[in-house]
Amino acid sequence: MYSLEHKKYLQKAKKKNFLIKLTQIFILIIFLIIWQLLSDYKIINPFVFSSPTKVFETIISLHNSGDLYNHILITVWETFISFILGTLLGIIIASIMWWNKFLAKVIDPYLTILNSLPKVALGPILIIWVGAGMQSIIVMALLISTIITIINVYQGFTNIDPIKIKLMKTFKATKSQIYFKLILPGTLSNIISCFKVNISMSLIGVIMGEFLVSKEGIGYLIMYGSQVFNLDLVITGTIILCIVAVIMYGLVLYLEKKLIVNK
Amino acid sequence: MNELLKIKNLSKNYHTKQDETLAVDNFSFDLKNGDFVAIVGPSGCGKSTILNILAGLDTKSKGDIILNEKNKIGYMLQQDALFNWKTVLENCLLGLEINKNLTKENKDYVLDLLNTYGLKDFINSYPNTLSGGMRQRVALIRTLATKPDLLLMDEPYSALDYQTRLSVSDDVYQIIKKEKKSAIMVTHDIAEAISMADKIIILSKRPSTIKKIIDIKLTDKSTPIKNRKAKEFGYYYDLIWKEIDHDV
Repeated sequence: MYSLEHKKYLQKAKKKNFLIKLTQIFILIIFLIIWQLLSDYKIINPFVFSSPTKVFETIISLHNSGDLYNHILITVWETFISFILGTLLGIIIASIMWWNKFLAKVIDPYLTILNSLPKVALGPILIIWVGAGMQSIIVMALLISTIITIINVYQGFTNIDPIKIKLMKTFKATKSQIYFKLILPGTLSNIISCFKVNISMSLIGVIMGEFLVSKEGIGYLIMYGSQVFNLDLVITGTIILCIVAVIMYGLVLYLEKKLIVNK
Repeated sequence: MNELLKIKNLSKNYHTKQDETLAVDNFSFDLKNGDFVAIVGPSGCGKSTILNILAGLDTKSKGDIILNEKNKIGYMLQQDALFNWKTVLENCLLGLEINKNLTKENKDYVLDLLNTYGLKDFINSYPNTLSGGMRQRVALIRTLATKPDLLLMDEPYSALDYQTRLSVSDDVYQIIKKEKKSAIMVTHDIAEAISMADKIIILSKRPSTIKKIIDIKLTDKSTPIKNRKAKEFGYYYDLIWKEIDHDV
């Protein structure tokens, strides 16, 4: 049993947490109310700035036409594929670099250039090379997520404590034993924190891709809305995107908790 | 007693962009079975280099090392280097796993060691729940698991605080004696060397050559902590202290 003092301490901590949550929700509600009022009283132009009720109505009409879920699903699916492929590709390339230090040194400057290049600039080329479709979107997302994965994972690999590598060598471990028994498991937490970056990177890439080429998806919804000057649709799309992003990030966080038992 | 290891005229050069440094020069020494030898010398004199060469982690420049083929070498590093994603038992089995030697018999041997040396309740714990002394014992058992005949120890307690260090060196010493292993220990701590070793090799500063080999004969020799109270302790300490080159 806890002592009275400890109970008080726990209660205090709980109360503080609750207060933080409450304030967060309060801010959101206040924001929505002010937005609605400003729009209702025409202090801001409701045509340009929309309003919470209009956003809600747009969602309902998208729901009724059945388009909403298709758009969300397409974007989530594209992001998922890019995330999986980008992460795997990144880990594989980083592993090859760890295996072959010569290669790693050779491609280092190229990686730096690719990493600093704003990938959206490659959009027009991609459309011509890969074709205007889902493949372009995925390649765009891959470009963004793979390079950052390579850099992060490789850094994790090289940060493994040299004394642990020495230990493996005292047991006459082969290179593949060092890789599979030490490097890979020892970098697991790095790799998983990479997941968190990657899910966001993939989503950025997918939305960028959808802006450029697509006929479906949340990015398309936003782009289409802006082209026909339907700002309700643009803002609705953005809000849906926020929600999707938060849910996907939450799933990765959950995965992280499940996978890392020991730090 | 038969000889376990013969080292003849061992030399080692290190190459850097700037120049070439002779780290170890003409190091010759024979180790008898069951011997506990300590190597002391000024810091940076190449003590660890000798161990690395013996363990096959580094190449020699010149000289011969003769070790009976059936004799295995185990290496205990400066830090415990335990893998925190593996349990204590899994950590101890690492060497066997790498050598593809993970038989039931060997596993039982490791379990037996863990039980004997006070880690019974921690077999399935993760290293981050252990104290520094316990971690060091796990590291020793991990080394012993492959049943080496010769243990190389590179300042094995340097990462520990003084209190823990004393008790762990006592533990480790008794384990080594009980399991009848030979050992070469590199240390910069003269007292530690006298309290544990049968023989102390004093190295000069770089390039390391053997300055002197001293046989340690203590009355009522027992555990390292008790050995520190032996009446010859002070005499040996002075002797070795004067032999080591001190650069201040």
